[in-house]
Amino acid sequence: MNTLQLVGAFALSFFAVVGRLTLFGVEALSHCLRPPFYLRSIGRQLIDIGYFSLPVVGLTAIFTGMVLALQSYVGFARFSAEGAIANVVVVSITRELGPVLAGLMVAGRIGAAMAAEIGTMRVTEQLDALTTLSTNPMKYLVAPRLIAGVIVLPLLVIVANIIGIFGGFIVAVYKLGFNPANYLQNTFEALHVDDIVSGLVKAAVFGFIISLMGCYHGYTSRGGAQGVGQATTSAVVSASILILCFDYVLTELFFAK
Amino acid sequence: MNAALPKISIRGLRKAFGRKVVLDGIDLDLGSGESVVVIGGSGSGKSVLLKCILGLMEPDAGSILIDGVETVGLRGEPRDEMGRKFGMLFQGAALFDSLPVWENVTFGLLAQHKIRRSDARGIAVAKLAQVGLGADVCDLVPSELSGGMQKRVALARAIAADPEIIFFDEPTTGLDPIMADVINSLIVKTTREVGASALSITHDMASARKIAHRIAMLYQGAIIWAGPVADVDASGDARVDQFIHGRAEGPIQMAVRA
Repeated sequence: MNTLQLVGAFALSFFAVVGRLTLFGVEALSHCLRPPFYLRSIGRQLIDIGYFSLPVVGLTAIFTGMVLALQSYVGFARFSAEGAIANVVVVSITRELGPVLAGLMVAGRIGAAMAAEIGTMRVTEQLDALTTLSTNPMKYLVAPRLIAGVIVLPLLVIVANIIGIFGGFIVAVYKLGFNPANYLQNTFEALHVDDIVSGLVKAAVFGFIISLMGCYHGYTSRGGAQGVGQATTSAVVSASILILCFDYVLTELFFAK
Repeated sequence: MNAALPKISIRGLRKAFGRKVVLDGIDLDLGSGESVVVIGGSGSGKSVLLKCILGLMEPDAGSILIDGVETVGLRGEPRDEMGRKFGMLFQGAALFDSLPVWENVTFGLLAQHKIRRSDARGIAVAKLAQVGLGADVCDLVPSELSGGMQKRVALARAIAADPEIIFFDEPTTGLDPIMADVINSLIVKTTREVGASALSITHDMASARKIAHRIAMLYQGAIIWAGPVADVDASGDARVDQFIHGRAEGPIQMAVRA
């Protein structure tokens, strides 16, 4: 009986959270589509999320590309298939590692910052102040972050793809002794529009998830500094898990036969 | 406008959180140009009352008429329209951390498209002058201001759009006695200049005596006494006497220990 009660309580609280999150997401989306649009806020978020995330995303991408080339070489050398390294690097980076790693890094950097900022505004009554100043906090704070997240993540992933592939090129040419011209030719032959587009669609979805989780946990935080701390942790953890879940779902949609 | 019509008329207002009844049938009026202060201990429901009037919280039952218009259940554009009559000074100032002082002060005016952004700075300087601050604070961010200056900036923001009703939530909390008196004087001065009605909540009796025309005491979710500020010392209610004199002994003893 106790076990059943526990399961029931867990199920109820889980569905309550899903329900609240869904309502929050729908309301936020509706504000993204209806004027007025706070272009200044959107611009500020584009810079915060995009420009200031470039170093961390770039570093992650270049080392991932380098490791990928190195590991592929070690594995493929057993089958004398070293020539496929460029192909593996390109497909892995554009389809999976570019969007997923950029998403996870931005979730850690931006999701936490969004939750902390909005959570602090909640506990210091700044959200109430916005309402009393004829400004809807969902429209002023949440909508610009969602719009910026969806726009900027694909741009970051384009950069991550280029840097990641370049990382593979460096290791292949300068460490493994590949001919640069041949490696580049193999790289361009391996590039397919479908792979790139699927990666960019994933990135847009991940951008939405990161902003939604950051805003939701910040917006609903309670209880002072401790509540804000919990909100930042929840924002990063939930965004990271959802990114990995949706990565699988989107991969199924794009590539499952 | 009908002069006899109260700016705010509250009847039978109820609000509970789970089993805890916070407001239990509040009746309160605020006349045009009048300043009413609601006093009461911590946790007596003062802030909840204010949030219900502002539309930040939905009451469980009762009526809140503002200029004769029912606001309970009001949403969307009509609620926004009603909100434009209000100014609010929050307990912790609630200034926007990421914006400079001038943008904080003119935020509501810009949001309501009452002014152009290029004019906002000059208007902020004029509003800041009304609360005794110079133009030199315009470009500072709130974290660079002292508590008293933050309260002044928040007051400038509250009066910036010339509201018809201004709410003050614990306006002197956290300030030294001199700065508290400065803020009280500014509240009296600015509300007169704007010609607004004022509803304040506080447990600072010095503040209440200075800014109120009428005082109402909230205790256990109900208004237990209301009357002109001059009568508060002769209320005839032991609970009011205990509160205004700040005595630990008295009928509110059990609530203090709870």
